[in-house]
Order: sequence, then C-alpha cells, then structure tokens
Amino acid sequence: MADPSYPADLKYHPEHDWARIEGDSATFGITWYAQDALGEVVFFDAPDIGAEVTKDQPYTEVESVKAVSDVVAPLSGEVTAVNDGLAEKPETINEDPYGEGWLVKIKLSDPSEADALMDSTEYQGSLD
Amino acid sequence: MPTMFMWAARDWRRRFPAFIQGRRGAARDGGIAATRGYIPQAVSSTTELRRTPLYDRHAAAGARLIPFAGWEMPVQYGGIREEHIAVRARAGVFDVSHMGQVLTRGPDALNFLQRMLSNDVRRIPEGGAQYSVMLREDGGVLDDLFTYRLADCEFLTVTNAANHEKDLAWLQAHAGEFDVDVLDRHADFAMLAVQGPNARPLLRTITEGSLPSRFHACQRAVAGVPMLVCGTGYTGEDGVELLLDPEHASTAWDAIVQAGASPVGLGARDTLRLEVCFHLYGNDMSEDRNPIEAGLGWCCKEATGFIGSEPVARARREGTAEKLVPFVIEGQGIARQGNPVLGGGEVTSGTFSPCLERGIGMAYVSTARAEPGTRIDIDVRGRTRPAVIERKPLYKKGA
Repeated sequence: MADPSYPADLKYHPEHDWARIEGDSATFGITWYAQDALGEVVFFDAPDIGAEVTKDQPYTEVESVKAVSDVVAPLSGEVTAVNDGLAEKPETINEDPYGEGWLVKIKLSDPSEADALMDSTEYQGSLD
Repeated sequence: MPTMFMWAARDWRRRFPAFIQGRRGAARDGGIAATRGYIPQAVSSTTELRRTPLYDRHAAAGARLIPFAGWEMPVQYGGIREEHIAVRARAGVFDVSHMGQVLTRGPDALNFLQRMLSNDVRRIPEGGAQYSVMLREDGGVLDDLFTYRLADCEFLTVTNAANHEKDLAWLQAHAGEFDVDVLDRHADFAMLAVQGPNARPLLRTITEGSLPSRFHACQRAVAGVPMLVCGTGYTGEDGVELLLDPEHASTAWDAIVQAGASPVGLGARDTLRLEVCFHLYGNDMSEDRNPIEAGLGWCCKEATGFIGSEPVARARREGTAEKLVPFVIEGQGIARQGNPVLGGGEVTSGTFSPCLERGIGMAYVSTARAEPGTRIDIDVRGRTRPAVIERKPLYKKGA
C-alpha cells in the first residue's frame, strides 16, 4: 500500500474525496486517508455514464471486506467516464488512490463550487 | 459455533457523518456486521473497554483495534484478505481472550448440564469436547457453546463474550436443585486459536507430547507454558484452541508467532467462519429463533429433556416457517447483515469471500424457498442482487 500523501494539485472534500480539476471537467477519487481507513477495497459500484452527481451527495459506494462507504461528490456535474479497470482490480484504489485508482470523470455544472473545497494543507489539518 | 466478533454498528446502514474522531463501529452482540463508513484509524479512550493480556502485542504489531462486546480487540493486522488466505494456506494465530469460561463441577455436574445444554452431555468422554446450544424455555437460543469435559464431574464451557454474564446468571439460576458449583472463570483464562493446515505441525515443534485429536482436549506445555489444548476451532481448518493463564499469554503468543503462525484478527475470523457456514450468535441465531430454523437441530437431543426441548421437538415435528440458508451472490455486489430478501426473509451474515471472490452470506428465507439451487433476490441498499442458495459449506477444501 502506498505511503500517506495528499498531492498539492488536488482539491479536497471533508468526506475524504478529492477532485483534480481541469477547466470545466474533473476527476474524482477517495483520499489516502479514506482508503487506509476502509481497508482493502473489494468492490467499486461504478455509476452509469451520464448520471448526475451533486456536490456533498453520495454518488456511489466502495466496499472492503467488512465495511461499506458512500462516496461523496466533491463537485456537481455529469459522469462522462468511469474507471473500468476497477471492476477487475478494485484494490487499485488502495495501491494508487490519486492515479490508477481514480473513480469517475465529471463534466462540471458549476466549476465555481470548487471555491468551497480545501487545499492539501487544509485537508491534512482537518485529519489531525 | 461459539465465538465472535464484530465491529459494527447495529444500524450500519446509516451514513456516518464523515469521520468521527475515534471509534466508528460499535460493538454488538454476535457477529461482525459491515461497518457503514470508513473504519477509524484509532480507538479513542472515552469508553471503558477491557483489554486482553495480549493488547501490547497487538498494538506493537500495528493492529487496528476496535470495540467488540466490551473488549478492545484486533480486527486486522495487515489486511483481512491476506490474513484469511494465511489461515487457509498456512497457519494463523488469533487472540480470542474475550471469550468467557464457566466451570461446572460437583457430583451433579453431568445431570445439571444435561438439563441446561441441548446436546447429549453423557456422550462427552473425559478429555472430550462437544458443541451445543443453550435455550430458553420457549426454545429461543441464549448462546452456542463448546463444553470440554475435564474430569468425570468437571466441565469447562466456553461462552461468547457478549453473552458471558447472561449465560453465567442463567446457569447459576438453575443450579439450585443440583449438587453442583457453577463458577465464573473468565478472568482466569487467556484464549488463543491456532488454525490452518500448518497449525499442528508448527505447534508440535514447541509442544511437549502429542496434540489432541479433533473434539478432544488435554493438558500440555506449549513453549513451556502449561495449558489446555483443545482440538476445536472456528475456521473450517484443522487446528487447536488454547486455554491458558493470562500471565503467560505473551510467552505463548510470541513462541507461536516465532514458529510461523501469522497474527489474524477478528475480521478474517468472521470471513473464515462464514465461508464454512459456522453460525455467529447475534447474527445467525438469537433468542428470537429456535435451533431448528437455524439449522442446528443436529446438536439438539430432545430425549435428554433439556430446557427448551419441547418447543424444539415441536419445531422439528411440524417444521418451521423459515430456515437459515447459505447463499452466493451471482455477479457483483456484497450483501450485508439486515439486507431484505425480496419476497420475504433477511440476510443475517454477509461479507466478501476472499476464497470465492464473491459476496456470500446466510439468510433466513421461507422454508418453501430454502432448497439449494433456489434463486433469490436480495435488496442491497436499493440495488437488487441475485443470489443462489447453496449447500453448506460454501468453501470446500481443495475445491
């Protein structure tokens, strides 16, 4: 499992989700803290392409052997891609939570929502 | 089978508000249900939890500790899946010191236990072990138990941690008309389980004398520590359980780990037992269910006249409306405790099976739908997940 890290180029939601924002689109995932707390992920319930997600609302679930967690959308928009590789290897979420373990790509409906998210330093401060 | 653990909130469906500092799951009777939300990193010190004599060993090994039945117990060391596989492929050692012990001794010990326990206690030889349930008058299950016959008139019964005080009170309340002493021995024992195909070979390297066969027990010195070695377990693998003086638990633990057993937490203990369909008290059986519907008729010998034998005999004769069955999810998804079975019924235990790599579990369904091969649909938090009722065990060695 990867060492703890919270990349500076990401935005963070207090429910332990991250967003990598590129213009009016974004990639979402869960943070190192979340995957560590959950344990080895055995199932990612991918949402449908085209599904609407709403900031602060759960849009899917991840499960480890003995735990289930909602995954909360850090921003609002429409799902344009899901990480199909997670169906075969959901543990990628543990091994590379900010890279190969991404969950969905989103067409943002209101990029200004990102102003409410935390940067890496603020998020790490919230974990203490 | 007697035992277990769980971390988990009774209402695990509820979304936990982000990460609460400190503990997330709440201990509850019976099994490990799924925890809703992420498992916390650390256990806070706000509640009074009992610690086993091996607490320092668990902490030093980096175990994730959770409250379970009033105890602070290791749920996992590295990861549940790797610990599970270690037991199936090699050997694991579990600290199960939270489990309770009751000593029954005296001239009437046999007759007393014959009245209290569902199985035929006369059939336990000295040095033997037997599984049974203890019932209320109406047939509801109070606990499931292993009883070891230490001597002609001396029996040691292992209780589930969450039920220990209740069991002790029930036994003592019924002891009056018998010439028998019923003694709480929980504080006098640490308990370890060493399980897996390599469990006996590795123990032989540190044990003076032979190991007991399955369902037998004997006094031995392991790593120089005198203890009761019992040929029992809760994993579906060969192995033993060890009852010993808490003062020497660390010495024994260290020697067993040194001999090659991997520390295994309560998380894998639950997945291991569910793969082989061993019952977990509080999940798969309760005071609201009789042993016939729970599939435990095999350990009930009504002719012995135990408390609750009449309703058991009636349920066996007339049948029950529902029956506990094992199932495997077809395709994706993991059913969890409390998920409804469409058309009637409920999941009592559900997890991801590391060996089958699928969602598995046990559920009560109507007896008409309880045959192996029957397809059922389970409502997993709003998603319908098809499943097939299987024969037990779900995991078969070498299959």
